[in-house]
Amino acid sequence: MLDQKMVKCLTDKASWVRQETLSIHQAAQETRLASSLSAVEIFVVLYYGRLLKFKPNEPDWEGRDRFLISKGHGSISLYPILADQGYFNKKELNRVCREGSFLGGIPDPTIPGFEAVNGSLGHGLGVACGVSLALKRKKRKEKVFVLLGDGELYEGSVWEAVMFAGEHKLDNLIVILDNNKICMLDYCRNILNLEPLDKKFKVFNWHVKSVNGHDIYQLFRTLTNLRNGKSDKPKLLIANTVKGKGVSTLECDPLSHIRSLNAEEVDKAIAELK
Amino acid sequence: MKNLQERMRDVFLEQIYNRMHDDDRLFIVTADFGSPVLDKLRKDFTERIVNVGIAEQNLINISTGLALEGYIVYAYAIIPFLTMRAYEQIRNNLSLLAQIKEMNINLIGVGAGLSYDMSGPSHCALEDICIMRTLPNICIFSPSDCVLTKTFINYSIENKRPKYMRLDAKPMPNIYKDENMLDINKGFCKLVEGKEVCMVSTGFMTHTALKVANKLMKEGIHIGLIDIFMIRPIDERMLFEELSKYNCVVTLEEAFINKGGLDSFIASILDTRKSKISLRRMGFGDKYVFDIGSRDYLHKLNGLDDVSVTRSIKDELL
Repeated sequence: MLDQKMVKCLTDKASWVRQETLSIHQAAQETRLASSLSAVEIFVVLYYGRLLKFKPNEPDWEGRDRFLISKGHGSISLYPILADQGYFNKKELNRVCREGSFLGGIPDPTIPGFEAVNGSLGHGLGVACGVSLALKRKKRKEKVFVLLGDGELYEGSVWEAVMFAGEHKLDNLIVILDNNKICMLDYCRNILNLEPLDKKFKVFNWHVKSVNGHDIYQLFRTLTNLRNGKSDKPKLLIANTVKGKGVSTLECDPLSHIRSLNAEEVDKAIAELK
Repeated sequence: MKNLQERMRDVFLEQIYNRMHDDDRLFIVTADFGSPVLDKLRKDFTERIVNVGIAEQNLINISTGLALEGYIVYAYAIIPFLTMRAYEQIRNNLSLLAQIKEMNINLIGVGAGLSYDMSGPSHCALEDICIMRTLPNICIFSPSDCVLTKTFINYSIENKRPKYMRLDAKPMPNIYKDENMLDINKGFCKLVEGKEVCMVSTGFMTHTALKVANKLMKEGIHIGLIDIFMIRPIDERMLFEELSKYNCVVTLEEAFINKGGLDSFIASILDTRKSKISLRRMGFGDKYVFDIGSRDYLHKLNGLDDVSVTRSIKDELL
């Protein structure tokens, strides 16, 4: 388990990732800022907490845990982490969305560290189920992690995969739901209420846990337990998050998904984080 | 006639079944679509067949995941649901991803054209060649008989890319005698050498075209016939060489015309080479078929039976 020192270290990393993400957004307004900010602690715990097995110099290493990002639009905050881990040069972070760069507004699988196409919502979980099934059939021990957005739960294909994973007892599958509760135009509860999410997954034969998705200690502890646990079911961690977390002007805005911050607002937001 | 009762799906699934004994990379995913061979396969290879239920989107997604981990995947479903319900999954997870990662997925669609005649327009497939041609990186195989269908098994294992195979649902006689004589990489086969006019057909319509060629031959009129069984990739240079022997090409397909199907493909070959060969397109017009009746009856209604096609060619082109 994490000691106080490690929690502090990962908390500092999360702050650094937010600042880097804001800097990327400052230069590339096309990036979805608020969605990327809600998942920061999830990424930090997975990569810096070493809950994922990976080799940056060998992205297709067979022994890696597979990590599929299903909410691709909200993973700009993964760019600084992948660069910091050595997947690509940090200088590339200054070139996001520029001509000739390989880092776009929505990551694609040409980027080392990204497994599949993730721009369109509702695909990631089904693909991950196929990967999980393949690893189980080959009796391999690697885990399959998925980052799912709550907004994409409106896609029917997600539930086709939820049903499949429960039926086939894909116990090597760990899904983290970035439950930031806001879609593009409104709170989910005002569109079609998704709750109670835990009960919905449980009746499909999933093992479900919930945590505060910004609490490093809780995230690390629960994910570690899910990774090492004996349950023969697929696992869902509902990470209750705040869309736009860390930037006060975004945090309470139901339209934060489509909001871009101007240069001055970004500078102010970075100063808030320091 | 020999092999009259053979169905393409049974012939192909039998090939997969035979290969699964000594190749543990083969994996079948079905969207609750069956066949007698599949029952046998399910019994003998419980670990390498999975039924996702009536869920074509998940069929493609599960197949993608399996293929990313190195399996040679056969995704099996009825054509309109396989290609159209799951079109975006095919676009993103096969067409797009295969440009970056090696993936061997074979979409095995059953029910080309009007082969599900009695089930009505929801089950018929008049759009599939067109929409699948639109997607880069996907091979399109459109066999006209079971001999050709058999040849695809080696191709499907050896070529590590997404492929779409459109199979007829009905049993039909064989056109080809020996699979060893076929060059699958060429993509087409000249069935009849003729003069002036050449028919170019695919799938079931090659049987109609053969009848037309034979009818005319009895009248002393010799028109050519080319069967296109691989719409992509195909040896365009060799195909154009064959077409260049004629003044007029007639495309025959059980599909909408002027929308990107076989006719559009042939048109682009002629156009690219600034050819003066005239093109007559035969197929279905810009509307669905709601009439009830057998495939032959529906073809008659739409001028696509052998008698109507023969008359059209004689009246318009000879």
